[in-house]
Amino acid sequence: MRIISGLNWVGTRTLSYLDEAGVSLILLTKVLRGIFKRPFPLRLTIQQMEEIGVRSLPVVIITAIFTGAVLALQTYSGFKRFGAEGLVGTVVALSMTRELGPVLASIMVAGRVGSSMAAELGTMRVTEQIDALITMATDPIHYLVVPRFVAAFIMLPFLVVFADLLGIIGGYFVAVNVLGTSSTIYINRTLQYLEFSDVSVGIIKAAVFGMIIALIGCQMGFYTEGGAEGVGRATTKAVVGASILILISNYFLTALLF
Amino acid sequence: MSDQPTIRIRGLKKSFGNKVVLDGTNLDVWPGESVVVIGQSGVGKSVLIKCIIGILTPDEGTIEIDGELITAAGFRNMDAIRRKFGMLFQYAALFDSLKVWENVGFGLMRHSDLKPPQIREIVEEKLRMVGMPGTLDMMPSELSGGMRKRVGLARAIAMEPEIMLYDEPTTGLDPIRADSINDLIIQLREELCVASITITHDMVSAYKIADRISMLHKGKLIATGTVDEIRDSDNPYVQQFIHGRAEGPIRDE
Repeated sequence: MRIISGLNWVGTRTLSYLDEAGVSLILLTKVLRGIFKRPFPLRLTIQQMEEIGVRSLPVVIITAIFTGAVLALQTYSGFKRFGAEGLVGTVVALSMTRELGPVLASIMVAGRVGSSMAAELGTMRVTEQIDALITMATDPIHYLVVPRFVAAFIMLPFLVVFADLLGIIGGYFVAVNVLGTSSTIYINRTLQYLEFSDVSVGIIKAAVFGMIIALIGCQMGFYTEGGAEGVGRATTKAVVGASILILISNYFLTALLF
Repeated sequence: MSDQPTIRIRGLKKSFGNKVVLDGTNLDVWPGESVVVIGQSGVGKSVLIKCIIGILTPDEGTIEIDGELITAAGFRNMDAIRRKFGMLFQYAALFDSLKVWENVGFGLMRHSDLKPPQIREIVEEKLRMVGMPGTLDMMPSELSGGMRKRVGLARAIAMEPEIMLYDEPTTGLDPIRADSINDLIIQLREELCVASITITHDMVSAYKIADRISMLHKGKLIATGTVDEIRDSDNPYVQQFIHGRAEGPIRDE
């Protein structure tokens, strides 16, 4: 009996995940088609770019500085064992641009922006505001989802460039001021081994992560059911779902692009 | 009166999972006529009007608006038909992020070539009609429930619709505010000559605003008639409902 109910549970969960993945794909095609529908919702998109990009800056800045700083500390204590302290700058720069900048910034933005998208659209759903849009001959996907999707796609790369830069600065600060590495060595080693592709691939990843955050956040909000409790659930699912998808797609993007 | 109804519904069916909500519903609404659909909470009254305006897609049956079959209309076409409608939602469904005037002028902003100052003028006039002048720059969160409904009403009539749909217009309001909403509905019908469907379980309101009343029970409209016909109906279901008795053929399941 135990085994059967266990299998039953696994089966139901699998089906529900597949179901949601299907909903994601359908929503994605509707959004992609919506992007080319005139008139493009420019004003709403700019509003969202401010919300997603500008307002996320403080969170991303703090995350990046401290990640770069701790990376310098850890690398130093490890590399000292075989006398490679001079390479701290290289490790910080490569880790930040290739992995930590895009992934950590995106996960922070998923927590901040993905959740608020789910909560806002979810509230609009349960208070019939989305129905009201339809009655006023306005396509809610074009009006609500397209601006968020486009704004996240554009702004995440900018945030990640910021994160890369500030991570390197955080690492520099710790290496030079706390650990006593020479400033010229740190900068030279950073620039010597950093390639343009390290940064550019990070930017491509960021654009993909931006699409994931907006798509999942909007999907969870848009299809919310069950009042205030449903909005709460949607918010959680948006953050967890987007974060997991970012981590998984990060692996495949890395394998594919580098 | 023309011989073509504004809304003609035939054999409408809609289920959610195993739950049959509408099971072959028929209804005609004539130009300028006010039809009130009564029925218990959760009986599918909202589903009916959401099918009419195309928020929900019925499983079977046909809906014609001015002789045009909308159940087969493509999406693009549907938006053209939706512009004939105004809808007042149960909790007004104002857009939280927009000011009152942007709410009321939403349709005009998106579907007309008018400039914002002209739209504000029209909005001001509509707000005066519903007794809410001078609230243009307020946010919906600053308004009480009754005021939100009035603004919702102003938004619904801003595009000068031919058909109004009212979803529980008096629910959640005190009797005095409820009656002023009733007066507004009658005034709009008389001034703008719109056909309307109102769903409610408030019998006071139903008697006041209806030309005809129709009762929805178990997915079918089981009795339709003028206010007097319904009041004198010998249908036991209707009698139990309009007198609000717990005892009778309708039971909670």
